[in-house]
Amino acid sequence: MPNDTHASHDEVIIRLDNVKKTYMLGKIPVQALRGITMKVHRGEFIAIMGPSGSGKSTLMNILGALDVPTSGKVWFEGKDISKFSESELARFRGKKVGFVFQQFNLFPVMSALENVALPMIFQDVPEKQRLARAKQLLTTLGLGKRLHHKPSELSGGEQQRVAMARAFANNPDVILADEPTGNLDSKTGKQIMTFLKNLHMEEHKTIIVVTHDPIIAGYAETIVNIRDGQIVHDHILARKHLWPKNRRTGEQ
Amino acid sequence: MIKEYIQFAFSTIVHQRKRRSFLTILGIFIGIAAVVALISVSQGLKDAVSSQFELIGADVITIMPGKFGAGGMTGFGARPLTDTDVEIVENIRGVGTVAPILVRTAKVTFSGEEKYTYVMGIPADKAEDVLLSMEGIKVIEGRLTTKSDKYGAIIGYSIADDFFEKDVHVGDKLEISGKEFKVRGRISKIGNRQDDSQIYIHMSTAREIFNTSEISVIILKVEQGADVERVAEKIKEELKDKHGEEDFSVMTSSQLASIVQNILGIIQLVIVGIAGISLLVGGVGIMNTMYTSVQERTRQIGIMKAVGATNSDILTIFLVESGLLGLVGGVIGCVIGIVLAFGVQFGAEILGYSMLKASVPLWLIAFALGFSFVLGMLSGTLPARHAARMNPVDALRYE
Ligand SMILES: Nc1ncnc2c1ncn2[C@@H]1O[C@H](COP(=O)(O)OP(=O)(O)O)[C@@H](O)[C@H]1O
Ligand SMILES: [Mg+2]
Repeated sequence: MPNDTHASHDEVIIRLDNVKKTYMLGKIPVQALRGITMKVHRGEFIAIMGPSGSGKSTLMNILGALDVPTSGKVWFEGKDISKFSESELARFRGKKVGFVFQQFNLFPVMSALENVALPMIFQDVPEKQRLARAKQLLTTLGLGKRLHHKPSELSGGEQQRVAMARAFANNPDVILADEPTGNLDSKTGKQIMTFLKNLHMEEHKTIIVVTHDPIIAGYAETIVNIRDGQIVHDHILARKHLWPKNRRTGEQ
Repeated sequence: MIKEYIQFAFSTIVHQRKRRSFLTILGIFIGIAAVVALISVSQGLKDAVSSQFELIGADVITIMPGKFGAGGMTGFGARPLTDTDVEIVENIRGVGTVAPILVRTAKVTFSGEEKYTYVMGIPADKAEDVLLSMEGIKVIEGRLTTKSDKYGAIIGYSIADDFFEKDVHVGDKLEISGKEFKVRGRISKIGNRQDDSQIYIHMSTAREIFNTSEISVIILKVEQGADVERVAEKIKEELKDKHGEEDFSVMTSSQLASIVQNILGIIQLVIVGIAGISLLVGGVGIMNTMYTSVQERTRQIGIMKAVGATNSDILTIFLVESGLLGLVGGVIGCVIGIVLAFGVQFGAEILGYSMLKASVPLWLIAFALGFSFVLGMLSGTLPARHAARMNPVDALRYE
């Protein structure tokens, strides 16, 4: 991956350059990422795989501008966001990135509609537009009849669909999903992945999914394997390929 | 934006933390209620006191035995005033009518029922000057006593129908300290129970039945055109010369009023102090609740940051919430305070002090509400800052 040949004509949306992340557990440093260099192209569907504790979530958080690296650089649409202040980072990810979490992370006191409208509040979208868009997103995801339900009144699959609608709310360029199917049965998980896949195919969104499950990873075009904070192997799933070459590394 | 934050805050306060929110604002609303009730009542009390002194008139000077001033009243046991003092005062330039008065509590019996009340001895020829000089006070039944009514009495408004079991009428007989008196007249309402249940008799008769030559108080009117304060100074000088020391007090009605006002002011200060402590406790309560609230919602803070909330968004959300907590406390406090104030007014009315009217000025409500909101915000500042500075990744990992 360091030998970037720039053979691709496709736009690189996120680029990591020797990204390291060290957490301090008390006085003991924990190296979650040990030098990651990678590119994500616009419109790509990537699965990040690896054992528990290998640094997948840490990587995802950095890709999604939720966190900054201890060292190394992160370019997002050509901007060096590793230098961004907290507020700049917040505004940036609010516009550009949508997160989907394993635990759904919905607000329990808010209805599905209010949950989906939440990210738009921070982008100063007027209330009428917020609610209209939230309603439209939920309807698209098959939740048109659940708009005013609280998360506790919804099934796991429905909650995750609300969370996905929320991730799409500000029409971001990149969707990041950290084990989105981890708390769902396989049938519901497939349903969720189909939604993501459709979003990818129809709207050419960049999608990055962290997963344990090879079947889930099978929805992606590219699989990035990481172990102990390093990329060990990446693998192109030819059958899922929309484009003839590996646009991530630029190799033919 | 603020509108959404207020909605957030409301939904948290109402849905998530009803009970704890209520406990939190207890301190605030006790403090606010105390302040509102106190200021409303004492405002009314001040109004009542001023109107009482207005009733007396600005040209009246009162001389009392003992020193009455900043140190409080020391009139008890002080050297009493005498007839010589009256003579001295009468000869001072600018002094008009002088009325020496003897006041005693006495046993009054009416158709077998015994009660105690104040009996005032007023010189026979000064009854009109003393009783009818007050604005709006007039004889509403019978007449004033004349020189020949040695055992004639004038009764205060309430003696007639609100003092003894049976109503007292003009022409009825009363026994005062064992002597029989005939009721000659009744005067109109003054406005407080004590004044309205007094009985007025001749000074000479009073001295006889109470077996004293003392004078309790000298009331005098300043001649028209004379400077009240200057006359008061002159009286003070002359009496001091005679007594060798200042063991008496000379007060114009405005001085009298301001002394009462000062005492009221001190009471106000004390209660405001207590309310302040209560508000401080309330503030600490809000801070504590907000810390807990921030802690409990760590994950939600993480989510909000993940979907694009900046530190200042989070700060504002929690400040609005704590301000609103304070405001809710303030609203409840105002309501309870107003109810309390009118309760006091009602109670005073029952006790006969109908002149006490609670008054709730609008500025007080505005101030109380503004204050409680700001207090809430200030108390929430530290927890809100703590929330705003959370790292989103750590917040999302929080269990
Ligand atoms: N906020 C943190 N503080 C301390 N250690 C962390 C933190 N986040 C992750 N780690 C550690 O970093 C390593 C990678 O974690 P993570 O990225 O969550 O792995 P994965 O998602 O692959 O399970 C683990 O050893 C984990 O314990
Ligand atoms: Mg993880």
